[in-house]
This record gives sequence, structure tokens and C-alpha cells, in this order.
Amino acid sequence: MTTVPYSSSLGRETTYLNHSHKIRSWLLTLDHKRIAILYMISITFFFVIGGIAAVLMRLELMTPQGDLVKAETYNKLFTMHGVMMVFFFLIPSIPAVLGNFLIPLMVGAKDLAFPRLNLASWYLFMTGGIFALVALVAGGVDTGWTFYTPYSSNYSNTYVVLTVVGIFINGFSSILTGLNFIVTIHTMRAPGLTWFRLPLFCWSLYATSLIFILGTPVLAITLVLVGVERIFHIGVFDPSLGGDPILFQHLFWFYSHPAVYIMVLPSMGVVSEVITCFSRKRIFGYAFVAFSSVAIAVLGFLVWGHHLFVSGQSIYGGLIFSILSFMVAIPSGVKVFNWTATLYKGSISLQTPMLYVLGFIGLFTIGGLTGLYVASIAVDVHVTDTYFIIAHFHYIMVGGAVMAYMAGIHFWWPKMTGKMYPEWWGRFSALMIFVGFNLTFFPQFILGYLGMPRRYYAYAPEFQALNVLSTAGASILGIGYLLPLLYLLWSLRWGKDAGPNPFRATGLEWKTSSPPPTENFEKTPIVNEEAYAYHRMEMTGDTVATH
Amino acid sequence: MTPSQPIDPHALDHHHVKGLAHHFDDMDQQHEAATLGMWAFLATEVLFFGGALAGYAVYRSRYGDAFAAASHHLYLWIGVINTAVLLTSSFMMALAVNAAKQGNRKKIVTFLILTILLGLAFLCIKGIEYYLDYREHLVPGNIFEANWHEIFPHIDGAHPGSMMFLRQVQLFLMFYYILTGIHAVHMIVGISVMIVLAVKASRGRYTAEYNSPIDMAGLYWHFVDVVWIFLLPLLYMVQH
Ligand SMILES: [Cu+2]
Repeated sequence: MTTVPYSSSLGRETTYLNHSHKIRSWLLTLDHKRIAILYMISITFFFVIGGIAAVLMRLELMTPQGDLVKAETYNKLFTMHGVMMVFFFLIPSIPAVLGNFLIPLMVGAKDLAFPRLNLASWYLFMTGGIFALVALVAGGVDTGWTFYTPYSSNYSNTYVVLTVVGIFINGFSSILTGLNFIVTIHTMRAPGLTWFRLPLFCWSLYATSLIFILGTPVLAITLVLVGVERIFHIGVFDPSLGGDPILFQHLFWFYSHPAVYIMVLPSMGVVSEVITCFSRKRIFGYAFVAFSSVAIAVLGFLVWGHHLFVSGQSIYGGLIFSILSFMVAIPSGVKVFNWTATLYKGSISLQTPMLYVLGFIGLFTIGGLTGLYVASIAVDVHVTDTYFIIAHFHYIMVGGAVMAYMAGIHFWWPKMTGKMYPEWWGRFSALMIFVGFNLTFFPQFILGYLGMPRRYYAYAPEFQALNVLSTAGASILGIGYLLPLLYLLWSLRWGKDAGPNPFRATGLEWKTSSPPPTENFEKTPIVNEEAYAYHRMEMTGDTVATH
Repeated sequence: MTPSQPIDPHALDHHHVKGLAHHFDDMDQQHEAATLGMWAFLATEVLFFGGALAGYAVYRSRYGDAFAAASHHLYLWIGVINTAVLLTSSFMMALAVNAAKQGNRKKIVTFLILTILLGLAFLCIKGIEYYLDYREHLVPGNIFEANWHEIFPHIDGAHPGSMMFLRQVQLFLMFYYILTGIHAVHMIVGISVMIVLAVKASRGRYTAEYNSPIDMAGLYWHFVDVVWIFLLPLLYMVQH
């Protein structure tokens, strides 16, 4: 890329963070960077709530008998854990925080295409979150995060409608964010920034946005139908009133399977950015990595039926969905192979973001391969509704998506705040999270295979040893998440100044100062090079001075 | 390099062109963004209605007789009149967009008002129709349960299959209200937007160079129109 003028760190600059400190200037901001920070604070809050629910569940599961909480409370705990983590943390995590912050910077624009819509989507997100919180405080929901009918529609006597309204509103926040990203990537790229020069993070968020705008509305209308059935007692999904509960499952998973890719595709984008930087190499097979994102998004819409293998779907339906689910392994495998090939003969440095990314690749591979087990109908029948499923999707959603979110937060923290995080603590907690995660969830694969069912607060005594192991792992994992919260806040005040490009990374976001000025670039940058030109950077020496 | 100054992005008017937001380079880029954004939004809308229509399709293929019987009780002639009203409204909208392209302020306002009035007429007629439906007890739930023999006098309540039939009729009615209801909500949103646009247009906000909002509102309004064209046969003309 050409050397674009950026403000040097001489003297005190005006940045997006310090141009005004009034509360109003935050709550009414149209700056994508500030909105990203608002999202970061909000989703951290929801993560803590979902995390507390998980802690209570793991404590209950220390002993085989139900002793810490009542069975009903346990049902509410796992529902709240799922709702908070899926809808209010994982789905917005990388897109709404890192995507919001980075996409305009990466494409060399001043902002997203629709700044007002962007702010509106944060308000929708918060409104949805408040509905869900009110439901929690009022007494909770016990349906599970999947809201299966007719239990959720006519039989549960908890705050289903309130929660569903919250998720409905939150859905529009996702839609608007996706719409903004698509339009920005299409229409606001800097001169010279062709599609195949885009950072792969943009490609993966583009694919994610397709799911946002095409999947979320189906969830929205489905939740409307659940609400109508519940309020008016009309049998949309209730078999005793002429409805079909399987129809709910089809509609729900038409969104909620692709939602898994809403969590994983952005993670894959982060991995591509980080792995090239810390291997000092261009990505292996750029076009394959880029198109595999789109392929995953498209295929993701065709596999929802693998959640219905035991629900009364026809055997032919099951077979087709099984085959299609296997096919998702192809683009996923392409990515893993390309990342590994990128590492090959690279000059690898194991800084915190890279540790998380390497963790991601390992855990995502385990999560993906066990995904092939459960895509096989015969195995799935054996492990449906057991801890095997829990372990499988936590390897994808925590081992994959959360690891990558952590990688991204550490990688771009210097850009967002202008400060470095403490490297030793960063590596230490990355290690803790990796160890804690595996200790928590690997035993659950075994538990599930042995037949321990999910969603029960009591279990057979022979499962205790593995459950204690899992709870022990969860405490390590918990501390692993707490540490970054503390040292990142610490770094805001006492961290070293980062300078514009502390990791000597390519990409337009590193060509402006840290933290960037409100208008992002002093002059619209011009791009005349592929993304990840690390080979050239290594040969010619860094074109951009780092400090 | 000079360090950047304190900046309020909306005070950044160095290349001030009327109607051009600060973060776009030029009018073309802004218009392209608006158009793509609206089409993406309409794709979302298709899937939103699509979810409900998928449910409708499943039940109609299973309960064709009940759906046909229930559909027969709706006021087809009101639906047809309303279709004509809405199509005319869409035509007025097209004329407003055309006027905006020429930057003709008076025409923009006139045609927008006509579009709005026809939209309101549609909603009024729809409201009257709902009232007539209500008078005939065509409302799923308690009202229907208590009065179904007035609607289907030939049905024997003691017959085991008839209860199922009556529930299927209510499923149809539910889809009728949900689909026309969310369509009406879309109309109300569209009318509200056009009122704002009409006020702005009367103040000369739109010119031959800058008229994207009217163009976008037009796209949206035609979409709402197209949805209705699907709903009319699906709800009012079910044969079996
Ligand atoms: Cu799935």
C-alpha cells in the first residue's frame, strides 16, 4: 500500500475518543468507532450475566443430586445462559464491535454508509436487551434458548413473550448492522481497493451480513407467530389445536443454524488477519479463503434439518440434510488448510493474539470434526440431547468464536485505545483460557457419549468425576476471562503508548493514528497493493515507521 | 502533517453540496449506497413475509378444504377494490419519483399527497373490512369458537372430524390477520415516511440532483404494493 500520511504522535492529538467527553457526545454519536465502543461495553455486560448463569449451573452439577438450586431454577439458568450468550453476546460480538470499528477503516472510508442507522441499531440492541433483562428479573424463562413449541407457546408459565419481544427487537439491530456492512463494502471502498485487495475480515463480515439480512427476518416472524399463539391461543404450532410443532423447528433452525456461522465467519476473518501478521506472510490462497466464507454462508442456509433428525422429519429429508451438512466441512477445511499453509515457513511470533488464533484453529477443528459425527444420522440419534452436543457446539462457539473475539480485541486494542495491553498477562490468560476451556468441555464429550442427557440438574452418580473435572475447568476458564477484563482496563491508564502500527501489520486501519481521528484518515487513502503484502514489507523494510 | 483539529463531522462542510452527507465523496456514491441499502432491506422484507408465507403454504397444502371454506367467507370484492386503490397509489408514487427526477417541487408534493391519500383510503377500507369480518365472527379464538355454527351451519359439532376442521379454519383466519396486519403496518410506516418527505419537498429540499429519499420511498411503496398482489389471491381466492 502507499504510505498514507498519518498524524505522528507528536503532541496531544484530537482523536475520536477525546474530541468530547460529554455523555451526550457518546449517546448521540454517529461515529462508527464510538458506536463500536458502546457495543463493546454492552456485550461485556451481557456476557457477565450469561457467565453468572453458567457458574451457577456448573456449581449445581458438582454433585449428582439437585441441591444448590431447584429444578425450575436450573431450567431458567440454562435458558438465560443461552439467550444472553447467543443473542446478546456472540451474535453481536465480532460484527458489532470489531466490524463496526474496523470496516470503515479497512475500506478507507470516513464512516459506515448509514451512520444514523448504525446508532439506531445500538439502541434497538439495548432495548431488546432490556426486555430480556426485565424478563430475567421478573422471574425468568424456562423454555431453553430454542423456545420449542408447543411448550413455549402454550404450556410454559414463565415470561416467554417478554423475552421473545426482546429477541425480536434485537434481531432488527442485527439486520441494520448487516445492511450497513454490505452497503459500505460495496460502495465505499477507497480508490484502488478492489474486491480482491480487501482484507479477508471484510469478506467474512460480508458473508456474515448476508446471513444477518436473510436469516434474521425469518426468526423474527417465527417469534411473532409464537407470541400470537401464546397470547391468543390459536394453534399455529400446537398439535392439539391443529398446528405443527415441527414447523416451528424448521423455521427456527432456518435462522439459528446460519446463526452459528454468524458467530464463526467473523472469527475466521479475525484469524486471517492475525495469522498473516504474526507469520509475516501473505495468506495462502486468498481467493479460496475469501470464497469459502461466501460458500459457508450459502451452504449454511441449506442444512437446518440436521437439528430435526429425531423430531419426525422424513428419513429422506434427514439423508439430504445429512449430506449437505457434511458439505460444510469442505469450505471450513479449506480455511484450516490455508491458515496452516500460511504458517508454513513463516516467521512466527507467539504474541497474545496469535496464541488465541492458534487456540482457535485447534478447537475449531475439534468442534468441526465432531460436527461431522453429529451430521451422521446414526451417531446423532445416539448423542441427541446429550452433553456430546453441548461439548460440540461449545467447541465452536466458545473455543472458536470467543477465542477469536479475544484475539481480535487484543490485536486491535492498541488501535482502538492507543494503548498496549500487558503482553505477559495477555499470554498468561490466553493459556488459562485454553486450558480451562478444554478441561471444561472435553469431559462433556465423554459424558455425552456415555449418555448423560443435557438440561437436567441431577444426574446418575457414575458421571460425577467427569462433572467435577468440568466444573474445575470452568473456574479456570472464568478467571481466564476475568483477567483480560482487568488488565485491559488497567492498560487504558497505565499501558504503553501503542503508536499507529505496533504489530507492523498491513491494512489501512494501521495507516492512521491510534486511536484514529474522528474522520479516520486525513486524506482518503489510495491502495495499489494486495492485502497482506508482508513478504514485500519484510524485503523492503517497513514502509510505515512504527513509533 | 498537521495534527487534526477537533472535529464535529457534521460541521465538516468543506465540500458542501446540498444533500450530500459528510462521509460520502459525491452524489453518485451516496445514491448508489441508498439504492443498494434499500434493495438489501427489501430482501430482508421478502424473507420476513416469506417465513409467514411458508407457514401458510404448509397448512394450506394440508388443510385445503378448510382453507377454501374459510377463504370463501372473506369479502373478495373489498379485496379487489383495495387492490385497485393500492395500484393507483403506486402509480401516483411513480409519478412523484418522476417529478423528483425533474426537480419539480409542486408536482412532487401533489403526487406524494395523492399517494398518501390513496394509501389512507386503502387502510380505511381495510378497517371497514375487518369490522365486517368481526361482525360475522370471523375472528379466531373465543369469538369464533362461540359462534361457528352461524358461519358453518351445515357442520355437525358432534362429528369427530368437525372440531379439527374448525381449528383449521381458525388457522386460516389467523394467517389472514397476521399477513394483512403486517402488510398494514408496512403501509402505516410508508405513509408516515411520505408525510415527512412531502413536508420536506414543499420546502424545496429535493432537486433534480438530490432526490434519493423519494426514489427510495418509491421502491418501498412498490414493494408493499407487490406484497398485496400476492396476498389477494392467497387469501381471498382459495379454491381447495
Ligand atoms: Cu446446525
